[in-house]
Amino acid sequence: MGAGHAHRLYLPGASPVHRLPPQCKLVAVLVFVAAVVATPRERIWAFAGYALLLAAVAAVARVPYGVVLRRTLIELPFVVFALLMPFVASGERVTWLGLSVSEAGLWGAWNILAKGTLGVVASILLAATTEPRLLLLGVERLRMPQPIVQIAAFMLRYADVVAGELRRMRIARASRGFEARDVRDAGVLARSLGALFLRSYERGERVHLAMVSRGYDGRMPAWHAVGATAAQWTAAAALPAAAALIAAAAWIIP
Amino acid sequence: MTTSDERTAAGAAAPQDDAPPSLEVRGLAYAYPDGTQALYGVDVTIRRGERVALLGPNGAGKTTLVLHLNGILHGGLGSVRVAGLEVDPGDKRALREIRRRVGIVFQDPDDQLFMPTVREDVAFGPANMGLRGEELDRRVRDALDRVGMLEAADRPPQHLSFGQRRRVAVATVLAMEPEILVLDEPSSNLDPAGRRELAEILLSLDVTVLMVTHDLPYAAELCPRSLILSGGVIAADGPTPDLLSDADLLAAHRLELPFGFDPAAIAR
Repeated sequence: MGAGHAHRLYLPGASPVHRLPPQCKLVAVLVFVAAVVATPRERIWAFAGYALLLAAVAAVARVPYGVVLRRTLIELPFVVFALLMPFVASGERVTWLGLSVSEAGLWGAWNILAKGTLGVVASILLAATTEPRLLLLGVERLRMPQPIVQIAAFMLRYADVVAGELRRMRIARASRGFEARDVRDAGVLARSLGALFLRSYERGERVHLAMVSRGYDGRMPAWHAVGATAAQWTAAAALPAAAALIAAAAWIIP
Repeated sequence: MTTSDERTAAGAAAPQDDAPPSLEVRGLAYAYPDGTQALYGVDVTIRRGERVALLGPNGAGKTTLVLHLNGILHGGLGSVRVAGLEVDPGDKRALREIRRRVGIVFQDPDDQLFMPTVREDVAFGPANMGLRGEELDRRVRDALDRVGMLEAADRPPQHLSFGQRRRVAVATVLAMEPEILVLDEPSSNLDPAGRRELAEILLSLDVTVLMVTHDLPYAAELCPRSLILSGGVIAADGPTPDLLSDADLLAAHRLELPFGFDPAAIAR
């Protein structure tokens, strides 16, 4: 279940990166990723530069490198796809480690791996230094439409509740001797999911009732005032500005 | 230990007769859209400062009655007045004021606590009323302090124990400074310590309380007066010890005291 993961990604701390307002960090990561994606894949040195930048951010944020590496495992499905590319892609073939592989495929694999990993690591650092609810506050301040922010906020709040219900249903099934062995058991699991959906739907109605009882009229009251100062924006701009310089250099230098 | 008499005297303010009643329900009848009739003419008056238990078997219409008090359900016969103000679902402004005056604490705190942190959840009601800044902060602090949960202000509700969540749920409503606090099965799923802690909090509040429950000892401990709602009408209304001592009355309405509980022990 992806349920509890949301807050397990966060590493509490008080580093300068932790203290930056969430909207600054969100914009910084977005611009950084854009710079990485815009870089020609042949400029290997540029990607080494990006990696160094992220390593510096991790050091400032006091996020251990081991933690970051372990969390990059989420990328694994893409890595498998990237590793297949040199073998299945067409075009000029080169011999590498005694294997005949496609040159275009090799570059394609490198492109996915390098850009994907850099993006994933940047997101890991963002999640490790920003509480999930602050991230929501950040996207709200970046003018994300209210309904989307509200949906995400409720998901964050109720993911654990729903996961708890799912767990209790699984235990209740197992206690009566049910074990999923093969596809023929899918019907039982599907019915469980149906029941879970109904329960969640009913909970949604009860939550709405509780909200209306406290004066909810379709809009969440906005009472947060976490503005960002120019200094904080400047500090957050360090990473994307450096990345933009590298990207520009990669285009200019042959 | 204090006796229940001392607690009553030390707890909520004595009922006041000069102020308009906190709650005045007259001839309330309601049928659900599918035709099921739930209420057949309910009359209830609760004076300011009273603590009243609403007892009744499952399906007696307790929840239906509660949802009428702040205008969520409407459209039947009769009227509901809260501190003199009529519940009129057509009048948005009045309805907003009614929902401030009637604070409902629902049975499952997970339904009531939907914001990312305790502080934001307690602020939700007063913020909807238009409060901001210093005044909003003060309301949130006061409400959390009254239920002893001030230290948990910045924690997510899902990280609190069940008893703590129920206390925060009470705070979310107290922050709106209601005229009447309506609690739906406040003791359900609480362990004995959580039950006692909640009782102490409720006794310390200076507010009118209507407590919907099956938990007769809890009603006896907290509410000097009880109503029995059965079959969509108020079947009995009187001092809690008297009602609970009347075995025939309880049996007629599917109410039962727990094993070993002697109502004479609480009778004055």
